[in-house]
Amino acid sequence: MLRDITLGQYYQTESVIHRLDPRVKLLGTILFFISLFCFSNPAGYAIALLFLAAVIITTHVPFSYMIKGMKTIVVLIIITVVINLFMTQGDVVVEFWKFKITKQGIVMAVQIFFRIAMLIVGSSIMTLTTTPNHLTDGMERGLRFLKVIKVPVHEIAMMMSIALRFIPILLEETDKIMKAQLARGADLESGNIFKRIKAMVPILVPLFISSFRRANDLASAMEARCYRGGEGRTKMKPLKYTSRDAVAYLVLFAYMVVSISVGRLDALKIM
Amino acid sequence: MSLIVDHISYIYGKDTGTPIEALKDVSLSIPDGQFIGIIGHTGSGKSTLMQHLNGLEKASSGTIYFNGEDVYEKGYNLKNLRSKVGLVFQYPEHQLFAETVFADVCYGPKNLGLSKSDCELRAYDALRKVGFPEDLIFTSPFELSGGQKRRAAIAGVLAMKPEVLILDEPTAGLDPKGRDEILTQIKKLQKEENMTILLVSHSMEDVAEYVDRIVVLNEGKIFLDNTPKEVFRHYKELEEIGLSAPQVTYIMHDLADAGLNVRCDVTTVSEAADEIVRALSR
Repeated sequence: MLRDITLGQYYQTESVIHRLDPRVKLLGTILFFISLFCFSNPAGYAIALLFLAAVIITTHVPFSYMIKGMKTIVVLIIITVVINLFMTQGDVVVEFWKFKITKQGIVMAVQIFFRIAMLIVGSSIMTLTTTPNHLTDGMERGLRFLKVIKVPVHEIAMMMSIALRFIPILLEETDKIMKAQLARGADLESGNIFKRIKAMVPILVPLFISSFRRANDLASAMEARCYRGGEGRTKMKPLKYTSRDAVAYLVLFAYMVVSISVGRLDALKIM
Repeated sequence: MSLIVDHISYIYGKDTGTPIEALKDVSLSIPDGQFIGIIGHTGSGKSTLMQHLNGLEKASSGTIYFNGEDVYEKGYNLKNLRSKVGLVFQYPEHQLFAETVFADVCYGPKNLGLSKSDCELRAYDALRKVGFPEDLIFTSPFELSGGQKRRAAIAGVLAMKPEVLILDEPTAGLDPKGRDEILTQIKKLQKEENMTILLVSHSMEDVAEYVDRIVVLNEGKIFLDNTPKEVFRHYKELEEIGLSAPQVTYIMHDLADAGLNVRCDVTTVSEAADEIVRALSR
């Protein structure tokens, strides 16, 4: 029932991207996002698309699997594209009833579509190829400089990794409770919205209680092992850059230089 | 009538990177009024199989017949099936939600569309059958002890008056006294109500005394399906798949090896005691 959500989930397989240092992937994703907003002509997007395709192929994650988790976001993309299509002022191309489609609107809509789609695919590549633990490790190391201005980086990272760790547990728990109530004849799918909300009570109450119980157990377990926060804490597997990561940074740098310099050429502009 | 499992297989996580074949070509025939123990190691597919029996999971191939009807047929009333095949999950106390034990037990019958008085009658009846202390039925389920919560949750399924009752590890996490009480009560249900009972467990010791038949599952396949006596005869093979026969089986085999003329196919401690007395008094 709830197993279909793939966004933000790790996909277990063997690839170079999987083995990269999480810091590279984090920075790479951020830089890729920045690049998407620097382009002013179609050539930039074409380069970004090619780059993204190359990365997807290297990850060995089936493209269909990647797309499957995005069905829910399609609505968001459509709304944004439609709003941009109709709301942009400029030279009118088509006009019917109260709506006007302008040349600028079409260009804007296409641009927004590619931006959002690539943003989502780009970020899902990171989560699909990096385990949540690795990701927070990378974040903790990468943001360590913020400690200077008293940002509790370790605590934030710890909270994030616990939260991420609990997502599959809670999904599983929800699935189990749903099944248990279905076995007692619960009807979750029919009736109007109020009836359905009422039908959720027998699922939500046990779910809340079990989350509190789990949180309590986890806190006790951490305390029993003398967890006192990040001060003086060492890692069993500290993050270390390898030559692979250096190559990845070079590729990333090359991509940024090429895509932005080409993507901002005025000669290739449509308007 | 009866429940027939006809060559079902079940694969989950089909389109993720790691599909798992949880059940492989499982066939079972469950006649009325039988007390069956389903035994298997963790991950052997016992819980998955049980969830198929009341239609919570749908087999990838094969089918299930309940009272002669194919439950996968279009238009088959799954809600009705779920009321006839009651499933008590592992740690059922985690599904309690209402303000009082009584209201929680009423939830099942209410979902069947029964009148308020019928629901309450059934709830009383079910709570009495599981031996729930009467003075506690209007307290919050969250204030009860572990064993009491478990009873309340089992009553919640019993109140639907199922013909077949499936219990997934009903004794997990209970002390020996609580375990014996619950198992004895379940046995009573089978005897007095002629209910078909399926008891899932990983421990032979637990079920040996109570069941008429044992089905051993291993890696999603049926490994053995016979009376307890016959199943325990294969105690060496059981060990190979990480299970063990009850301790009395081992003692009797050791005694026989040591030269005492005893039968080795006894299943309970009292039977074993009688057999040893008999062998010694000759």
